Amino acid sequence: MALDDATSQRITKEVTDNPVVLFMKGTPVFPMCGFSAASVQILSHLGVRFKGINVLEDPAVREGIKAYSDWPTIPQLYVKGEFVGGCDILKEMFTTGELSALLAEKGIELDPAA
Amino acid sequence: MAMRADEIESMIKEAFPDASIAIDDLRGDGDHYAATIVSSAFAGKSRVQQHQLVYKALKGKMGNELHALALTTSAPPAS
Repeated sequence: MALDDATSQRITKEVTDNPVVLFMKGTPVFPMCGFSAASVQILSHLGVRFKGINVLEDPAVREGIKAYSDWPTIPQLYVKGEFVGGCDILKEMFTTGELSALLAEKGIELDPAA
Repeated sequence: MAMRADEIESMIKEAFPDASIAIDDLRGDGDHYAATIVSSAFAGKSRVQQHQLVYKALKGKMGNELHALALTTSAPPAS
């Protein structure tokens, strides 16, 4: 898993500039993988505004993000610059209510109409 | 590229000798599994840290030979 400085800086900028970022395969409107789609569904259900980054269009980020978080798969969710988890963890946190609690704790506004 | 369930189980067992491990083959294609692992090694660790330990045990196979491994990890209840 390779991560050059330029890619690392790009990733850091994205997760710093955007409160909620989902590195995914495809886009929120057209997810290209079941796990990415499930993650989008959870965030949309909670009414979370997030930036979807399509790693399929950015090979450097697709590989770099795995080294960046020491996590070998996509999707990956970041809230306020912090890696939260992949699809499994998102589902588990959603089911237990921990995801809503984390978002509230980080001051992320939920817009059920989003 | 695929992995057999027993391969996954033995790699995990090697890293977590005390673990109880249940592996379900989700699609029968050797690429999509679910694993439920209980080990004292997970005690006091966040979910992300627990899953990272499992990925390390799989020595780079996760995301390569192994496309999907739905993980449920936990420490044994305090006795």
